[in-house]
Amino acid sequence: MLAEFLQFLFSGITVGATYALAALGFTLIYNASNVINFAQGEFIMLGGMLAVFFSATGLPMPAAIALAILVPAVVGIALEKFAIEPLKGAETVTLIIITIGASLVIRGLVQVTLGKNTFSLPPFSGDTPIMVLGATLLPQSLWVLGVTAIVVAALWYFFSKTLLGKAMLATSVNRVAAELVGINTGFVLFLSFALSAALGALGGILITPITLTSYDVGIMLGLKGFVAAVLGGLGNGLGAVIGGLIVGILESMGAGYISSAYKDAIPFVLILLILFFMPRGIFGGKSTDRV
Amino acid sequence: MRKSPFFGLYIVIALLLIIPFIAPNNFYLDLAIRMAINAIIVLGLNLLIGFAGQISLGHAGFLGIGAYASAVLPTHFGWHPLPAMATGAALAAGLAALVARPIFKLKGNYLAMATLGLGIIISIAIRNETNLTGGPDGMPVPVMGLMGFDLSSDKQWYWVIALLLVFSLWASLNMIDSPFGRALRALHGSEVASQVVGVDIVRYKVAIFVLSAAFASIMGSITAHYVGFVTPTFADFFHSIELVTMVVVGGMASIYGSLVGAVLLTALPQALATFEGWETVVFGVILMLCMIFMPKGLVPTLVSKFGRGD
Repeated sequence: MLAEFLQFLFSGITVGATYALAALGFTLIYNASNVINFAQGEFIMLGGMLAVFFSATGLPMPAAIALAILVPAVVGIALEKFAIEPLKGAETVTLIIITIGASLVIRGLVQVTLGKNTFSLPPFSGDTPIMVLGATLLPQSLWVLGVTAIVVAALWYFFSKTLLGKAMLATSVNRVAAELVGINTGFVLFLSFALSAALGALGGILITPITLTSYDVGIMLGLKGFVAAVLGGLGNGLGAVIGGLIVGILESMGAGYISSAYKDAIPFVLILLILFFMPRGIFGGKSTDRV
Repeated sequence: MRKSPFFGLYIVIALLLIIPFIAPNNFYLDLAIRMAINAIIVLGLNLLIGFAGQISLGHAGFLGIGAYASAVLPTHFGWHPLPAMATGAALAAGLAALVARPIFKLKGNYLAMATLGLGIIISIAIRNETNLTGGPDGMPVPVMGLMGFDLSSDKQWYWVIALLLVFSLWASLNMIDSPFGRALRALHGSEVASQVVGVDIVRYKVAIFVLSAAFASIMGSITAHYVGFVTPTFADFFHSIELVTMVVVGGMASIYGSLVGAVLLTALPQALATFEGWETVVFGVILMLCMIFMPKGLVPTLVSKFGRGD
């Protein structure tokens, strides 16, 4: 009983960490620009696929991983420069369609160049499972959780202790006021796309040894990251992380105890219930509208 | 002089009358029928997105309910297609009404999330209830028959769909200038202002959502009968996105934009078939370019450029 429960919990937290990184990516971009980036899932896919590709070319693993984070970051910057920035003030739907267009382009390019096969990466430090009270824990899960924890801590430090981080926060609170006090909001936008693409890619690389990857994994991962971000109250960084973990754990528990066929439906049922009863997410503040 | 908004309707009718005589073969007739079906669906969706300003990223879910009602009820329970279609519509409307009130307290991105979630749940259910729906492989849909007369040839279908398109167009043109249409446009402009002048905004939003869900379900049934086969992809997220794309590329809150968007984006995959594997990339690039250079959509952009500002 306990072993089974722990097993579901471990796999839930592991996937949840990936959702958390994706949700953080959504949050960063949303805060800087009010855009919901539907291409976020493709950055996750891109990270995993590129890591596989670069390591297959014979590069040592750390170099392959660094490149697999760098390239999506550049793609994110290009998306911001060429598609988001020229459209300041457009309607929500228009921006949603742009990012969906970008996701199609990214997915299509990967499909054409790297093929439709499913790929995997070797685990970073072996695959001898660790036994914990009868449940098995993969060493790769520890990598996922450890790196996610470090990233979250680094982001917390960045946003609360550095000038640039505070400038980004200020921009998310009030863009015009931020510009008035001399913050370069254009650079903030640029940075948030680069950061969120890199975060997504990192999540994709970490999870690939466990869940495998292919050109089309980005859609579901991205949508679940979006659920996690909304669950935590859109725009709330800590909320996004907790939202990601909740989505991961509930999905894994639901698949284990209720029905594995309906596993993918669980996050969406959850988000509908949350939106019905807590329309601003679990950690969302109250809002007032300007007329 | 102000041109009547119905002028375009006459052009559409003229085109619809000519097409079957100039279509070189059934392939083009089939393409025309699918364009018209999409145009009708997009007209309904544009009332919701363009006029009332409410995003739905799960509309294919409602199409799926109609399509599968028309497939499952006659096949497994021996129903006549018409009551099956009506049941699908009632189901879609009921579901929409059930979720509408809580959903419409939400705005913008939250609304997008809620409708997206609803659509995905519907499509996962269709995919998993293999005993009823055939699962991922889909299932055949019986022929639509009415009073001993079977609707089966492409020619017959063409005229039925053309008539439906003209009727939907006429109804939409009338509706946007009716008190109901004005109320919808008002709440898109400013919800607070419309509340002040006495528009019950939640009631109107719920009404248009339920209406468009029922409408989508009926069109799902009709499409299913026409194609003769349904698969879960008909109800999935990507199909919802395709429909929203047609609305936005053609032009939000533009009746004729819906037609143009549906026609272009139905034809596009055919035109792109020659790109062998690059279809997705080219489709994505075209989508992005359209939005970057014409964020208001094709028809409104062209009208403001060349129109005489009537």
